[in-house]
Amino acid sequence: MFRFIVRRLLLLLPVVLGILIVTFVLVRLIPGDPCKVMLGERATEEKCRAFRERFGLNDAIPIQFIRYLSSLLQGDLGTSIKNGRPVADIVAERLPMTMELTLFAMLFAVSFGIALGVLSAAKHNTAIDVGAMVFANIGVSMPVFWLGLMLAYIFALALKDTPFQLPPSGRLAAGTDLPSLLKVWGLEDAQGLQRFVLLLLSNSVLLNSLIQGRFDVFFNALRHLILPSIAVGTISLAIIARMTRGAMLDALTQDYVRVARAKGLIERAVIFKHALRNALVPIVTIIGLQTGGLLSGAVLTETVFSLPGVGTQIVDAIIARDYPVVQAFTLLIAVIFVLVNLVVDVSYAYLDPRIRVS
Amino acid sequence: MQSSAHASAFTAQTRLRDQSPLVRTLRRLAGNRSAQVGALIIGALLLVAIFADVIAPYEYDQQIRQPGLRRRSPPCIHLLGCDPQKPQVLMGLDSNFRDLFSRVVYGARLSLQIGFLTTGAAILIGTLLGAIAGYAGGWLDNFIMRLMDVLLAFPSLLLAIAIVSVLGPGLVNTLLAVAFVSIPVYARVVRSSVLSVKEMDYITASRALGASSARILFVRILPNALTPVIVVGTLGIATAILDAAGLSFLGLGAQPPTPEWGLMLGEERNSVFNAPHLVFFPGIAIMLTVLGFNLLGDGLRDALDPRRRA
Repeated sequence: MFRFIVRRLLLLLPVVLGILIVTFVLVRLIPGDPCKVMLGERATEEKCRAFRERFGLNDAIPIQFIRYLSSLLQGDLGTSIKNGRPVADIVAERLPMTMELTLFAMLFAVSFGIALGVLSAAKHNTAIDVGAMVFANIGVSMPVFWLGLMLAYIFALALKDTPFQLPPSGRLAAGTDLPSLLKVWGLEDAQGLQRFVLLLLSNSVLLNSLIQGRFDVFFNALRHLILPSIAVGTISLAIIARMTRGAMLDALTQDYVRVARAKGLIERAVIFKHALRNALVPIVTIIGLQTGGLLSGAVLTETVFSLPGVGTQIVDAIIARDYPVVQAFTLLIAVIFVLVNLVVDVSYAYLDPRIRVS
Repeated sequence: MQSSAHASAFTAQTRLRDQSPLVRTLRRLAGNRSAQVGALIIGALLLVAIFADVIAPYEYDQQIRQPGLRRRSPPCIHLLGCDPQKPQVLMGLDSNFRDLFSRVVYGARLSLQIGFLTTGAAILIGTLLGAIAGYAGGWLDNFIMRLMDVLLAFPSLLLAIAIVSVLGPGLVNTLLAVAFVSIPVYARVVRSSVLSVKEMDYITASRALGASSARILFVRILPNALTPVIVVGTLGIATAILDAAGLSFLGLGAQPPTPEWGLMLGEERNSVFNAPHLVFFPGIAIMLTVLGFNLLGDGLRDALDPRRRA
């Protein structure tokens, strides 16, 4: 198993190198003189020369690429053009929100998706099956941002003053204050990795409130996550449900299911212990592939619910032409996506020992 | 011309034997519930798109200032009991006094163009790359497919966003970005299909007869390797429309006053609480279109997949 994981990790290297080249090239492709783009049209020749010197733009492209790699390896993601802050700080600020959202959306999609798919397959060709698949087809076709807006309308306005009312925007109720862990622990001058990790923890409102024992804030944050998570997760839920149904229908026709039934097992055990276990490999594949969709969905949904995450940041950065920020976040998301698919690959081997051998 | 020769050979064959694969496939398709509903939706949308000038009561950028109509007026349909004194607006007015129904109707034209154009371009380039990779094999195959792997490592919408950030916002750049990010999918599908077709006996026969590589690839292999592309392409149109709408929603795609559904949603998203119709109708339009292509794609897959021919 260990050797299997190492081999998969090594296979990742060329892909990660490719991702790095793509993000590097993307920024180099920006039309126009980077000096004019970054310092403005009226920058003098003198200033431009100093600028090129400072950012090493006079060197050959391969040398620039190697320098980009080496600063990345040292954890330096560059500096924002817009406000001069280290991009690493901005990442630590924005990433936790998006991770929380993606994680909850995935939890929602996986649990309900598998349940719906199993139910649909167990009740094959009944009204339940047809209803579930009509729902799944509509779910797959909905634009995330539209679903978000509709949910906000239903749960914040139509269901106002009922127990189902939910907040339509923001991370926390107005006026809620949750100090940064750097401040609480008096580590405001922390540097490097320590600072990065502390910032990550502080900006994950859920983790931070738990660490500080502020359960009111925790549940408040959780309530704010419900609608965005449903919006982001619904498409994946529908896709997972369809895939689960298909895989279960396949599995239920196999001989081992007939044997299990013949020996008198109750239907529940046949479905969950025998059929589902064998149907899991394709289901896990589709879950891994959905991560990309979930991350994209998070980007669109944050805009709808005004959440301070990666998505809103990328859009702001694009509008402000803040290339180092765009570059860093694109790179980050691609790497996360690749890593999730690595986890999926490894879980195959866990779910189906035959894959480990081949 | 070659493909039309191929097609006529195909129809001749069809006439010879009534149970030819094409007839069988079409029969299966016609009997497939998903395909029926999907084709119905897309057919209706095509009609709306073609006759948009006739159907839409106003121009998409025409401001309507009439007594009884306010900015963001809710829908007023006379048949449903709206005061006949008031002018009829089927889906209400938007923030700029424009008829939302007319804009949604013109949007059908735009969205279908976006879907067909981007998917067409992506299929063309993807097929070429995949066919070359699959037929040539060796280092060329490796080079092309690793490149495709890298592109697939990015979530498609995010890569499209990054590309638009380089090219600058706008509808044309959005189309380019959305087409570009869908190339790898088609390259992969065509490659694997070419790999299996190229082992067939008739390819060996063609080679023995002295046909050139290009002739073997484009005349003998590709026409027989394109079936999976039909399915993936139909589903791809749905994805392309969704991605383009997403980019426009973020303000990176089509620019005002273009009647693009995603842009219409993005422009009016703050009106959701006081004028929900402005958000509701464009969203329904996107959903129906995407649903149509998804259903047709599912139906095509069932009809073309040999394993499902039970």
